[in-house]
Parts: sequence; C-alpha cells; structure tokens
Amino acid sequence: MSVMGTRVVRIEDQKLITSGGDYLDDLREPALAGAAHAMFVRSPIAHARIAGIDTSAARESPGVVAVYTAADLDLPRPDNPFAEPLLARDVVRYVGEPVALVLTEERYQLADAAEGVDIDYDPLDAVIDLDVALAGDTLLFPDAGTNVVDASEGELNPDAFADCEVVISRTIVNQRVAPAPLEGRGAACAWGEDGRLTVWLSTQNAQLGRGAIAGGLGVDAALVRVITPDVGGGFGAKIGADPESITLSWAAKKAGKAVRWTETRSENLVSMTHGRAQRNTATIGGRRDGTVTAFRLEVVQDAGAYPRGAALLPSLTALMASGVYHIPVVETKTRSVLTNTTPIAAYRGAGRPEATAAIERAVDLFAAEIGLPPEEVRRTNFIRPEEFPFTTATGASYDTGEYEQALDKALAAAGYAELRAEQAKRRADGDPVALGIGLASYVEITGGGPSGESGRVTINRDGSVTAHTGSSPHGQGLATTLVMLLSDQLGVPMDRIDVRHGDTDEIPNAIGTFGSRSLQLGGSALRQAADQVIEQARELAADLLEAAESDVELDTARGVWQVRGAPSAGAVSWAQVRERAGDTELTADIWFDGTPTFPFGAHVAVVEVDTETGKVSLRRIIAVDDAGPVVNPLTFRGQRHGGLAQGVAQAMLEVMNYDEDGNPTTGNLADYSFVGAPELPDFELVEMSTPTTRNLLGVKGIGEAATIGSTPATQNAVIDALAHLGVRHIDMPTTPMRVWQALDEARRQSA
Amino acid sequence: MKITMEVNGESRTEDVEDRTLLVHFLRDTLGLTATNIGCDTTSCGACTVLLDGESVKSCTVLAAQAEGHRVTTLEGLGGNGELHPVQSAFREEHGLQCGFCTPGMIMASVSLLKENPKPNRQEVREALEGNLCRCTGYHNIVSAVMAASGQEVAG
Repeated sequence: MSVMGTRVVRIEDQKLITSGGDYLDDLREPALAGAAHAMFVRSPIAHARIAGIDTSAARESPGVVAVYTAADLDLPRPDNPFAEPLLARDVVRYVGEPVALVLTEERYQLADAAEGVDIDYDPLDAVIDLDVALAGDTLLFPDAGTNVVDASEGELNPDAFADCEVVISRTIVNQRVAPAPLEGRGAACAWGEDGRLTVWLSTQNAQLGRGAIAGGLGVDAALVRVITPDVGGGFGAKIGADPESITLSWAAKKAGKAVRWTETRSENLVSMTHGRAQRNTATIGGRRDGTVTAFRLEVVQDAGAYPRGAALLPSLTALMASGVYHIPVVETKTRSVLTNTTPIAAYRGAGRPEATAAIERAVDLFAAEIGLPPEEVRRTNFIRPEEFPFTTATGASYDTGEYEQALDKALAAAGYAELRAEQAKRRADGDPVALGIGLASYVEITGGGPSGESGRVTINRDGSVTAHTGSSPHGQGLATTLVMLLSDQLGVPMDRIDVRHGDTDEIPNAIGTFGSRSLQLGGSALRQAADQVIEQARELAADLLEAAESDVELDTARGVWQVRGAPSAGAVSWAQVRERAGDTELTADIWFDGTPTFPFGAHVAVVEVDTETGKVSLRRIIAVDDAGPVVNPLTFRGQRHGGLAQGVAQAMLEVMNYDEDGNPTTGNLADYSFVGAPELPDFELVEMSTPTTRNLLGVKGIGEAATIGSTPATQNAVIDALAHLGVRHIDMPTTPMRVWQALDEARRQSA
Repeated sequence: MKITMEVNGESRTEDVEDRTLLVHFLRDTLGLTATNIGCDTTSCGACTVLLDGESVKSCTVLAAQAEGHRVTTLEGLGGNGELHPVQSAFREEHGLQCGFCTPGMIMASVSLLKENPKPNRQEVREALEGNLCRCTGYHNIVSAVMAASGQEVAG
C-alpha cells in the first residue's frame, strides 16, 4: 500500500524530543571553538543625527576583543538613495538600528562592554504617522527628496463606480505585527585558512544568504559557505541573510577569529523585520441584488526605515486584491513609504493576508449596507468552477478553485443556521455577551516569486537513497514529506532515505523555503529527479535480468526490479542495480520550474464579545483549506493549526506599537501580546482537495493559507457580534479598548 | 563560586560566576543544550526544567539557587533508552514543529500531569499558559498531553 496520503509521524522528532535540536546557539563546531561573542549596540532613538561615538570605555571593559563602528567598516557601499548601512554612520532611523558591534571573549562580558559604548545623539523629528511620512516635510533620506520608496500608480478611473447602486469606502488598517519565531536570529562566522568563509545561519534560504553575504562583503560567492543548523521557526522573517550577518562576517575577518551572535528576544522584537503594516482604503460598489461590479484598493505600505519588503508586499496585495470574486472592474494603487520604525518584510502570507483582509471586510460592509447575509453576497460573486483557469482583472492567473463548495462545507461544519438562531436569541434576550459569526473566503498565491527549485536523487551502493533538496525546512516536517514521496516512487523504505538540505557546498543552487513553495517546487524537483534515476536504472536492471528494457519494471511495493508479468523469474535490488553501474553514479540533478498555484478555502469564526467590558473570546474556528492532494495529513493539519493561531492572533491580540516619538511600546515578550494556549480554542478542520495542473504532484502550498483566512474571519466575527448595536467596523487587533470605543461611538451616533 | 547540584541523576560540581543563571549553567557550563532560551522576560517558557520535580523557568533561577537541589532537563527525562510517555505523545500527536519550544513544553507538561494527572483540554491550555509556541497553534500540544495522561485525545 502506498504511504502517500497516510498519517506518518515525523522522522525529525526523535532528536527534537530527546536531546533537542541543534540550533545556532547550540553549535559546538571545532571551527567555532574560542569564537568571540558578539552584541550589536542599537539605537535607542527613532531618528537622530549621530554627533559622536566614544568607544574608549568599551575597549577597556573586561574580555573585549574588539569594538567596531561604521568608521571601521571598509566594505563597498551600495549605490542606492535609500541604502541601509550595516552600522549607522551619520543618522539613525529606527529604534533598534545597529550602531556598533562589540566582541568579547565570554558571553557574559557583552552587556558590560556594550554599556561602555557612548553615543551622542542629536534627535531629529521622528516620522511615525503615515500621512506625515507621505507629506514629506521630514525626510528620512533628504537627498532622495521623498519618503516614498515604491509606488504603482495604477490608473484610477473617476467613473469606475458611476454605474453602482451602492458604493462603500472604508479605510482598513492591517496592523504591524512581529513574526517572533521562538528562536530569534543568529549567525556564527569563521574564516578558514583556505580563505573561505563559513557562516552558520538561522535562515530559510542558505543559498540566498550566501548571495547576500558575498555581495555585502564584495567577494565571490564561491568563497562563502552557508550552513543552516536546525532552525527554530522563520515565518518569512528569516529569508536570506539580514545585514547583521554581513557585519559579523566582516568582523570575523577583521578580528581574526570566529564570531558568534545570538540575538535576545527584546532585540528580536525591534530589529527583526516586522510584517503587515498596511493602511488600505477599500471601495466596493455594486447592485442591491448583491452583485459587486467594482472594487478599488489603495494601499499605503509602511515600509519602516529602510526598504526591505517595501516593493514586494504591496505588489502581492494588489495582485490578489479581488480575492475569490469575479469583479469586472478592479483598480489598485500602492505606495510604500518610509517611517522611523523597524523595517517591514515578509511575515506568513506577505502581502496576501492584507489583500484578503481588505476584500473580505469590504464584502461584509457591502452586505451590511444592502441588508443581505454575508454568505449570500459571497455566493453571488464567486468565480465559478467552470471559469478556471481564470485571469483576474489584476492579472493573476488562478489555476483551479471551488470557492462556493469550500464555503458551503465550512458553513455546514459550523452549524451556521443554529449559530444564527443562537445569535438572534441572545439579542432578543438582551444578553450582554453577544455572539458573532464571521466568514472569510480566500484564495492566495503560492510558489510565486523566483521560479523553480533544485533536487538531486542518488542511489547509494547499499541501495539506500540520498536526496538533496533546495527547499529549506525549518519546522514544517518537510523532510518527512519528501521521504514519503521518494519511498512511494522508488519503493525504498523510508528509513533508507536521507534528505539533506541547507548547506551551500552540498547544494550550490537553490532558492529555499518561503511563499509556501517547498512541496510544489522542491517536491516536484525530487519527483522528477527520481523519475530520471528510474530511467537510468531501467537499462541496468534489464541487463541484470537479461530482459529487454521495455520488459522490466520497478515493483515499488517490494522495492525491486523485475520482469513485467513474471515476478517469479527473479528480481534485482537497488543495491544490485547500483553495483552494475560501477564507477558511474546513479544520480539525477534537476531544476524544476513551476508556475504559481492558488490554494483557497473558507473559514468561519465564532466569537463571544462581552459588550460591557469589550472582551473578545474566540469560541470556535472552522477551516476549509484546499491545497490539492495531501501527502501527510498529520503535517498538513499541523501547518493549518499554526496558520490559524497566527491569523487569529493578528485579529484579536497582536500589534507592534510605537509612541509618537517612535519608541516601541511592545518591544519585549512581556508587552507584546504573543498568543498563548488559553486564548485559542481547539481547531475544527474540514478536508477538501482540488488538484492543480501546474506541477507534477498536483499540490498547492499550505504553509500560509490558514493564516490568511482566519484573520478576516475572526475580525468579521467580532464586528458581526456588535452589528445589531450599530457597529460596522473595528480595526485589528480587536482589543477590549477598541471594542468598547466602537460601542461607545455607535451609541453616541444612535442617540 | 563553587556549586553542587544533581543534574539528570548525576552530581555536578562547577565553579561559576555568582550571577550565572541556571539556564546558562545548564547550556554553557554543562553543555546540556536541549533547554533553550526564547526570551528575556520570563515570558516564553522555552527554558523550563524541573527543579526537585517541579517546573521552573531556568532563566529566572540563579544557578546558585539550585545548589543542593535536583534538576531534570529534557536530556534526563527518558530512562534506559526509553521515551517518557510525554515525549512519545508529543511525537505521536505532532505536538512539535520547529522544536524550539519543545523541551520546555515537554517539561512543563510533565509537571502539569504530576499536579493534575487527568486534566481536561481547557485545563491543559491554562496550565501551559507560560509556555509559548509559534508553530503548532497549541492544538496538538494539548492533544499530546491528553494522550500522555491516558485519556481520549478528542479534539
């Protein structure tokens, strides 16, 4: 029986539950023996001119190996008006920006040494508010003449909504959140006697990291080896290599000894990139029968102090603006603007959750305005199954979708009619605890961005298999999934297959893991490589079996080659086939090019809102997430669980806040509302599988999908709970204060 | 200062700086790196170990305070090559993904089951409030604790 689609416990876990993973800070590599410990001295001020830096006291601190500032850096500086310095030179632009680097012999000496770096700041006006940033009276880069770092000024037609019976417009804030993987960032850098640099890096993409580090140092990429140890989560915020890794690599050379760095959590929350941070104005128009005929999305992306994800995120938001709906007129306009805050980049979904949040909120606003149920308006406007492949007005080419079926399944599993009846009863009874039911239908793009992934499959002399994947798992359980794929295809037992990843010397060409691309691209690459190995083996097996090539077959149940239709005539093992190959390797190295896929689904959230205190409790969340055929339901469901938690957390709890001077007010885990177990319910998952035609496995990505549906479902539920009291919108997170304010405003308006 | 404590059944005596935290003592002095550090505000629980059988956050205990006491880390949880029931339940129920919170989560779960051998799912959630996980959404962690307690997983 095929292992595909069966529940398989993870091969990764034995180590993780006994001795623990080998994360960056756990490494005891010989090359790191005696390594100096590193700490960045970071700006405590959002925007200031650096009047002077005195490192003399730091240099006298016990155990100090070196103290470096921008004045010491002798690296090529990028020619870009918004270039991000490795260490701030003249100006600091956000709280958390690196200004100096301290190296000490012992970890405990770091804080004392860092304390000794005396930096004199002349404060400048901090630009925090997006309108202030857009006005450009204070510029982060005066020479550039603007704070706007990226813009797509789509054609906005003043008559776009002329034929609509109803038009609603609303500004919707998709707040800034912290990715906060449990393991923060870290890097360890050692130059060898051969002149090569090895960097152990907590990253999702060793090869992209190698490129960034080599580029930053101005050296040939062949001189740099990046190795990923076990990685304690990434969520998009560990793509490639951050500037810190370049600085550390440079410092290791300058100091003449290996250097290792592990950030603290408080450092992580202000200096690892943040996610989301968009202010979106959605305008939706249509007829009173529920048909939506025009939609406009104007995106203002808070880029933070330097443009990292400034172009990517709003472009994905614009691409996915119309979601699951067939809307004839869709207009988008995006602007990315700098502020004196932590730079923004990818976080689980990266631009698509923002699109879904905007359209799903807008559809609810439209439904409320015309007095139709939200599920009915959705059904009226869904792209129909027969319309696929479907190209949206914004140019996205959707592969396959069954949007109405997904919503129907979610509503059935939720017991929607009963929930509405309970809601009506509570309202009639004047129950102070209101019940809210929120819907979200979503589609997202996975496997987008750089095309393709590498995969290599090798049959070893003992008949075991080594697979090299360009994908870079960091918690998803992808190694188990890939082993299942290969075991099924080659007939080799799972425990005889070794999946290797994340070392640029072993796998020079790869993209890595982000955008839910790994199984569809990395998996397809291994599938294709294994197919080629099978074809190579066929000739050898035919020779051994003294049969024609066309007459031999691989029996994947037994893992042997045999003559078709005559298994009793003898069989040869993979080891025998490999032996026959002699000095020629039995291997295939593939680059699989794939086009993006579009997973979709529908979520229903059920919340209780205490109208006296404003407290929101999530009672249930029901999720249909369709990403095509499932290799391992255990890890597939695990990805959805994690996505649901992060999505719900954004809706209800999490926000990275700054005061008006640009001081982060949620910059440690005591202040940041990281979601915990008591705040979440058990998740109710409903299965559905619609394959894609765009890769060899028929699969779409599942890593981000559940994050995308659950956020607007939860937000819509909170607003739905209070609809009878006149509330039409509450921005996220729906904290008690926000809920109370919305109720207060609604009361005053009706009075 | 010189301190002595029993770690995973073995008596250990080491010379450390007075200010050494228990978690750094375990990781850096003894090389027991299963115990992780996930924050600096005693919020995340990644560093949870057992001190005389009860869970503590080892980032908030000085090594010196453990003098003369019994410390158990993930490395010392199983015995004779056998997994502790909580360990195997985490694997069977997919209660871990990246694994970083897992050592602390397992130790906290062992401690909670000692105090409440047959918890319901909500009690498990509340007992694990001090242990954060970014990957699993907690659902399967709760299932793992239920399974380890010999109860129906249901959920």
